[in-house]
Amino acid sequence: MDAPELIAGVRAGDRRALARSITHVEADTVIGRALLAGLYPHTGRATTIGVTGSAGVGKSTFVAALAREQRRRGRTVGIVAVDPSSPFSNGAILGDRIRMQDLTGDGGVFMRSMASRGNLGGLSEMATGVVDLMDAAGFDIVILETVGAGQDEVEVATATGTTVLVTTPAGGDEIQSMKAGLMEIAQVMVVNKADIAGADTAVMQLRALLAIASERTWEPPILKTTAREDKGLDEVSDAIDRHQAYLKGSEHAEQERRALAQSQIVALARGLVQRRALAFARAEGILGQLVDDVAARRLDPRAAADALVDAVQRNWSRSE
Amino acid sequence: MTTDTARNIRVLIAKPGLDGHDRGAKVVARALRDAGMEVIYTGIRQTPQMIAEAALQEDVDVIGLSILSGAHLELFPRVVEELRTRGVDDVLLFCGGIIPQDDIPKVNAIGFKGVFGPGTNTNDIIEFVRNNAPQRV
Repeated sequence: MDAPELIAGVRAGDRRALARSITHVEADTVIGRALLAGLYPHTGRATTIGVTGSAGVGKSTFVAALAREQRRRGRTVGIVAVDPSSPFSNGAILGDRIRMQDLTGDGGVFMRSMASRGNLGGLSEMATGVVDLMDAAGFDIVILETVGAGQDEVEVATATGTTVLVTTPAGGDEIQSMKAGLMEIAQVMVVNKADIAGADTAVMQLRALLAIASERTWEPPILKTTAREDKGLDEVSDAIDRHQAYLKGSEHAEQERRALAQSQIVALARGLVQRRALAFARAEGILGQLVDDVAARRLDPRAAADALVDAVQRNWSRSE
Repeated sequence: MTTDTARNIRVLIAKPGLDGHDRGAKVVARALRDAGMEVIYTGIRQTPQMIAEAALQEDVDVIGLSILSGAHLELFPRVVEELRTRGVDDVLLFCGGIIPQDDIPKVNAIGFKGVFGPGTNTNDIIEFVRNNAPQRV
């Protein structure tokens, strides 16, 4: 299938066309870029929800329960689940479907696993594009679940409208260590596994942290869930709806949209600049030479980085 | 620069039917990951519909089924049928587990190009997948 066929297929709700389109966007192929260009004007209708939190807090189980609750509300759901790639082999085991087995047979749900492919920030660089594809495909809700790596997940906020931070009662000390960053990006806070001891303490700790955080116009609710038993998701869904209504009605809505657009552009441009610059520096042997110099301590790393960037800049201004 | 980034081979590893012995499936999943592939592991007790639907949504290049229950001649054709229904017609299929020698030609005929029994060196599976996975995009 070529780009126009895929675009028509995605817009018509053809699941196979959507699946293949995601493959193109994830691999950043020529067709993938044409798909994003053709489909982006048809996005913006879906409610996009980011779900983040450390490893082991139950994110996948939580996402499955949230999806079930959204289905009960009559909404269709697209899910993008990002798991870490091995930094050694670049391979990955993507296991989120294990927790979402009952959703596989539901025609109103489409779930795609992605590997982070070593991208900084835990969020696969192409995940925002995949969210856009699901939006264009007509899903009412698109949930983006990101790899549990802690503070780095601030980037999830650049891809979705409402970010949900998932913690557990056992994560008390962890909550302390989060402080800035994650606390600022979450619009809904969840203490999952609320059936184990310490849930109320965790809620209190979150509340205390929020109290010292910077001033805001949206007050993030702190909610308890037991996702394994589908408990508490009703309240979470209500809170997400309230935040979405706030976003739309807010006098800052336009400002928020622009901030989101800017952070997406910057994140993607950063990746592009880095890859192109390094490809050039490698191909020209510049990187190898600088590595020799630094390893032999003839040059310090900061000066070497300068030299690399200067060489890239000279090359790019020549090719204009 | 318009060069396409290299794409990792995506593999679905699943266990159809009612057997819970997933050690073999997990060993293969891990070996393929260590070989640089992206492995979607769906867990045990998968119906043919679930396997085909997961393969469609994940747009995998390869599907590996592990089965020790003896129901391979029942379940494998149904998996292939469910895939066909969904228009998933360009994936490489292989299987592992307990497949009696006499059944191997039948399993091959159903569409499973590789059959790997107990004692297989995981390197043989990696090589098989690398050499036979379709090039998509």
